Amino acid sequence: MHKEKDIKIDLLSKIEGHASLNIKIRKDKVEDVKLKVLENKRFYTQAVRGKPALAVPALVSRICGTCSISHLTCATEAIEKALGVEPSEQTMMLRKLAMYGTMIRDHALHLYLFCLPDIFGYDSLLDFAGKYKHLIGECFEIKAGGNALSTWAAGRSVHPAYSRIGGWTVLPKQEKAKEVARQLLDCREHALELAELFHDCSWQFERESEFISLITPDYTFLEGRMGGTKGFRLPESDYYKHLQKVIIPYSQATAFEFEGKEYMVGALSRLNLNKGALHPDTIRDCSKMLKEFPTGNVFSNNLAQAIEIIHCIDHAAEMLESVQIKNEKPVEPKIQTGKGAGAIEAPRGTLWYGFDIADSKVKTGHIVIPTAQNQIKMQNDIRALVQKLVKEPKTTIVRECEKLIRAYDPCMSCASHFLKVRWT
Amino acid sequence: MVFMEALNSRYAKWMKYVNFQYSKLLRSNSKIEGLDVAFVEGAISTKDEVERIKKVRKSSKILVAIGACAIDATPSAHRNFFAAKELKEIAPVLKKFGYLDKVYPLSKFVKVDYQVPGCPQDETKFVELVERFIKEGV
Repeated sequence: MHKEKDIKIDLLSKIEGHASLNIKIRKDKVEDVKLKVLENKRFYTQAVRGKPALAVPALVSRICGTCSISHLTCATEAIEKALGVEPSEQTMMLRKLAMYGTMIRDHALHLYLFCLPDIFGYDSLLDFAGKYKHLIGECFEIKAGGNALSTWAAGRSVHPAYSRIGGWTVLPKQEKAKEVARQLLDCREHALELAELFHDCSWQFERESEFISLITPDYTFLEGRMGGTKGFRLPESDYYKHLQKVIIPYSQATAFEFEGKEYMVGALSRLNLNKGALHPDTIRDCSKMLKEFPTGNVFSNNLAQAIEIIHCIDHAAEMLESVQIKNEKPVEPKIQTGKGAGAIEAPRGTLWYGFDIADSKVKTGHIVIPTAQNQIKMQNDIRALVQKLVKEPKTTIVRECEKLIRAYDPCMSCASHFLKVRWT
Repeated sequence: MVFMEALNSRYAKWMKYVNFQYSKLLRSNSKIEGLDVAFVEGAISTKDEVERIKKVRKSSKILVAIGACAIDATPSAHRNFFAAKELKEIAPVLKKFGYLDKVYPLSKFVKVDYQVPGCPQDETKFVELVERFIKEGV
């Protein structure tokens, strides 16, 4: 009987940043779905122009506190490639550890605070009671473990201060490394319990599309080749050439297609393409769950994140146990003019930076954000989901849409800052 | 962000005294009304935000500006310093989405009672302030 529905969620909750969703249903057909990113633009594409290249990683780190280590690390890589800087093995190791810390912290934030309430029917993790109450404390323990790792490796877990182009200005304290490893291993059981919860979760939503991520030999997030589940492989630097910007007129964010098609980045894509590269201890303890992958089920992104927390703990603890910090200085740029690009895997998916530098100053910079890459598939998925639920009450449609959007783990703060819109 | 991280080790202690009345990060059912303390991050860049910060002020006994953007608009205020070429490029976006002429700190539009400086905000100062509110009341 309910053939016409207008659904409006003004401010989606339990995601990073601000977005709204409008749905229009007529004669039981979904006529329109608009996912609007409401974060204001700060125009970073313009702001980096003319800035000294050495200062740019700290500047773009401010795009988003949550994702600051990812922006800093990826911008540093792109600038180093432009200026012929080859960072030392130790620098690469510290970057991997800082990224592991941010991965653990961000995934825990997303899974416990944004997704678990939907599984158990609470509005907030903070309301959990009875036999679920312990999950609140476990959430904070894992997040604290991730922070301790980033803070040890890079000086701070938000806008870290030790890193610069070419290396580290302040080196981590050798004597603290084992303490951090122990703190991480102390939360490993919690992470396994978390993964089990998402493995037991029966949520399912699948549409045919490609899953894209960096392919790395040891499931670190820095160096590798770009690849997709349909088979393409590309050097990191060439990725941008295969992307098309799509302007969404009603949203403050831009979107991307890969060779004209929607696709998804994130933990799900990484696991679909790299599951054999996980740490052996993670593979051993998650063997049952890993059978789910590869999969096109968007909700498996939650399980993939939980498994990644375990991998990050296992690999980081192993690296910390044997780490020997050598006293070394950052490598100085060999040249002052050049072009460079690099991709890393941020918690929410592939992050790509490209810079054109002249006389040590940025001429132009391009940035590709995970959420911007997921935006078209996310919106098409919502549309298909709503069409399936079209006869259900509004409250059900809203709840299911929010669950699906959260599974993507979008970061609206990051999504909104890069478009170079041409209104003609 | 630092707020969320400060909670890691203080959650059990603070939760006896603190109720998160409005936080879209933490819950769906939350309203900006009857707040003892509002902690506000970020600068004011659009007309809508001017209205929102005024609503927050009216609904709160105490308003705390959190971090550099809320206190003096930087580093969010890049566009305040753009040259003519960049200003021309962004002008249609500013118009379409109802941006203000410049990016402003909170204090341009409302009375700010306390500030926690830094980018990211200084966690020690933030924790001191919350503990003071808990101890002394508001």
